[in-house]
Amino acid sequence: MSTTAVLPTPPPAPGAPLTKKVLLADHPTWCPGCGDFAVLASFYKVLEKLNYPQEKIVTFAGIGCSSRFPYFVNTHGGHYIHGRALPFAAGISLGRDDLHVFVFGGDGDGFSIGGNHLVHIARKNPRLTYVIMDNSVYGLTKKQTSPTSPIGFKSKTDPWGAFDQPINPMRALLNSGATFVARSHATQVNHMVEMMLRAANHDGFSVVEILSECVEFFDGAFDSSIPRKGGVWSLIDLKKNDGSPEDAARHDPTDEVAAFKLAMEPWPGKFGVFYENKSRPTKNALEQKLIANTREKTKNATDLELLSKTFARMR
Amino acid sequence: MVSPITPSAAGATASSATTIPDVVIRLAGNSQDGIQAIGGFLARLAGRSDQEVMTYMTIPSTISGGPSIFQVRMGSGEILSAGDRADVLIAFYQHSYQDHRASLRAGGVLLYDSDHVTPNPDDKEVTAVGVPMTSATVEAVGGSAKEKGKNIYVLGLLARMFDLDVPKLNQLIKERFGGKNEDIVRNALLAFDAGYAYPAENLRHCLYRLEKSSVPAGGRPQVTTDGNSALTYGLLAAGVRYGAGYPITPWSSIMEGLRVELPKYGGVFVQAEDEISAISTALGFSYGGHLAVTGSSGPGLSLKMEALGWATMAEMPLIVINVQRGGPSTGMPTNIEQSDLMQALYGSHGDCPRVVLAPKNVEDCFYLALEAGRIAREFSTPVIILTDQAIGTRIEAFDEPDLPKLMVDVKPDTSPRAPEFKPYPLNDLTRHAPPGSLMTSGKYPTVTGLEHDEMGHPTANAFLHTKMTEKRREKIKAVANSLPTPELAGDESGEVLLIGWGCTYGPIREAMGRLRTAGVKVGHLQMRHINPFAPGLEEIFNRYKHILVVEINDEGLYGFGQLATLLRARFCNPAIASITKTDGLTYKISEIVERVAKHIDLPEGTILTRKQSILAVTPR
Repeated sequence: MSTTAVLPTPPPAPGAPLTKKVLLADHPTWCPGCGDFAVLASFYKVLEKLNYPQEKIVTFAGIGCSSRFPYFVNTHGGHYIHGRALPFAAGISLGRDDLHVFVFGGDGDGFSIGGNHLVHIARKNPRLTYVIMDNSVYGLTKKQTSPTSPIGFKSKTDPWGAFDQPINPMRALLNSGATFVARSHATQVNHMVEMMLRAANHDGFSVVEILSECVEFFDGAFDSSIPRKGGVWSLIDLKKNDGSPEDAARHDPTDEVAAFKLAMEPWPGKFGVFYENKSRPTKNALEQKLIANTREKTKNATDLELLSKTFARMR
Repeated sequence: MVSPITPSAAGATASSATTIPDVVIRLAGNSQDGIQAIGGFLARLAGRSDQEVMTYMTIPSTISGGPSIFQVRMGSGEILSAGDRADVLIAFYQHSYQDHRASLRAGGVLLYDSDHVTPNPDDKEVTAVGVPMTSATVEAVGGSAKEKGKNIYVLGLLARMFDLDVPKLNQLIKERFGGKNEDIVRNALLAFDAGYAYPAENLRHCLYRLEKSSVPAGGRPQVTTDGNSALTYGLLAAGVRYGAGYPITPWSSIMEGLRVELPKYGGVFVQAEDEISAISTALGFSYGGHLAVTGSSGPGLSLKMEALGWATMAEMPLIVINVQRGGPSTGMPTNIEQSDLMQALYGSHGDCPRVVLAPKNVEDCFYLALEAGRIAREFSTPVIILTDQAIGTRIEAFDEPDLPKLMVDVKPDTSPRAPEFKPYPLNDLTRHAPPGSLMTSGKYPTVTGLEHDEMGHPTANAFLHTKMTEKRREKIKAVANSLPTPELAGDESGEVLLIGWGCTYGPIREAMGRLRTAGVKVGHLQMRHINPFAPGLEEIFNRYKHILVVEINDEGLYGFGQLATLLRARFCNPAIASITKTDGLTYKISEIVERVAKHIDLPEGTILTRKQSILAVTPR
């Protein structure tokens, strides 16, 4: 369906602060009650706080309900094929270091069809932020088992209850070598904003997994971490390095082993920053270093001089 | 640098040499023997001597070891193919001798390593000369005796046999090994000199001299390289600074080249985790406003197809290279086949019109990369270059391109866009505004694989899908209007029009020559633009009685190769017929001549073929 939004807003004056009004685009196509609305609202807030020049922001996505995201944000962006938005976004980031690249997607897009890419983009560490809206079900195709569906989940492809072991997203991401790994919940707007802000400000590949309920096909999936539904909202208590005795028990996000231990906690587990590695250089930086070193060796020769020299060697 | 002996002093006198116009030399050994290196030296020497050269190489798909051959044809005329049969066979091993003796023409010279080969003593058809290549090399290099330099020893022998330019060869050896330590250069020169100094009396019946080139000097200098390298440099000239790929034979050498070259030009080449990631990253570069490349060979192209469909839908410029090999599946990775044409045109989902180009030789790889860049940028579309294993791996000499005139500078255009900007205008070509471009309308565009309106917003509107499909189709039709009428060689009308694409260029052109010598009126047209067809084909076709499409692929269920099928579908011309084969090898000239003769019922004996080697002209 065509959902082209009418944008009555005049363009902001250059340098004017970025507002939600400016960032609104098409009206979201999600079902009423979908957790993704809250993620979108939080993302507007994140962009307002970051206040990047509007034309320097890129939002991209693969395929799925949540992957419709870029249509709803008035920035440069697009909608790629299923599961492959990460390598696409890596191309944007590596080719254009001046941009701020955000990728949105769901659990099927990220952990199933795009699982291989997630592992390899994580290890290569390009500068971009990836937000996974995990609803533990295939929503766009109407209720099939997803890679994060819990054992026993009754779907159209497992009417008797799923029995394949689901992926543990935090463990998978840590294992891939992602340099920023955080977890949040679509019912916790302030927490989402905080996690996405930290992710955007991380120099490298940053991932935030957000549990975002599909009210249509997996109602109540994440109630166990919603207090008003009787669940427990359990935040990661980050180390303050204040030397206090209680600080020793707090989580050090640079400690990979501790992060794995957190990831192994039973469902619904904890929320917050699991891991952050500020020392590993980004692929952007490494490629730029390679270019600088190579250019130094060729004494900054022009393109024409370089290629002419190559042909002269073939004489 | 010490050159132990002065070769010219030991050289044969010119008077004892027979002058010949061209010669085909086949080197047969194992893949680790460095016979490609000899071939490379000869090819580059010929290039530096303004002589034409054409090479043909087979490499085994095993990592190390296994039989390998390199065939070089050098001459003074226009050399278009590597030659059907050899005048000289150099056999390093018994299996080399046994497998390749049949490729040697009667009257030719068999030069064998007497340390490893025992030729058939009753074989009087060729001149057999045994040279202890292995032990002589070990003796010459001395000390840490290794037979490793025996390829260079053989190069010395050949230099003597064909009175080649020794100072130039020495220079090439120094250039090739100069980056390594002094000992390696010295050993190479010792091996070369030993080969050159091989007692002349043993070779006295086998001394030749290549005719001086008839090509007037003073043109552009000749350069010598292989097709994959020419394509790599063509991409650099076209302004490609970003790309991504995944290793697969025989595409890998292009990605290796780009990975090493691009940083010099300030660019990035990403080795991706798989083929899909590779094209996705390349498309990300394109979206960023760069001219980007990805590539692979047949199976890899199949994996890229969904993303290629996105590129069509989103109208994203991209150069996609397919170095074709034998298929389907893993097939014959180190053999030639032209069986990916239909995949290139139709191997995706939905209505997905594409631009497909095919280089006709090594030189053309360079120029078609430029052409692909032009079309991709001008029409904001993916362009597939269908090259192949034969062109990709063989070495040819050609005029050095006029780089100052040809180099293209591509930079992302992030200038602010006017308020009326639309990424997908219905009545105009798409010109994307890469991120970083300020939208003065305040509305930012989306690029998408969903059917979309002019701003890139999703729609399933019947009218818009019809109109957008039309836009994507008409765009590719417009590419045709930008193309020149294909070059026609030989007779402009008559009995037979030979049509080819890709690596069949040389053999078809030489086959045309032979048929015309026999009195048949034959023309030849090598198609470089496969989709869309260049204008003017129909008018050309109407001037011939038979239109024979020569391809290296299967005749299919209905008796036609892949290009022949396309041409018949397009022109409904019943004169279009097919010559196909699937033996994984390039065409021999004689194969084409025989198939044409059969098709047009040429009486036997009309075509005279040279059975004897050119070396047999002088009685000995």
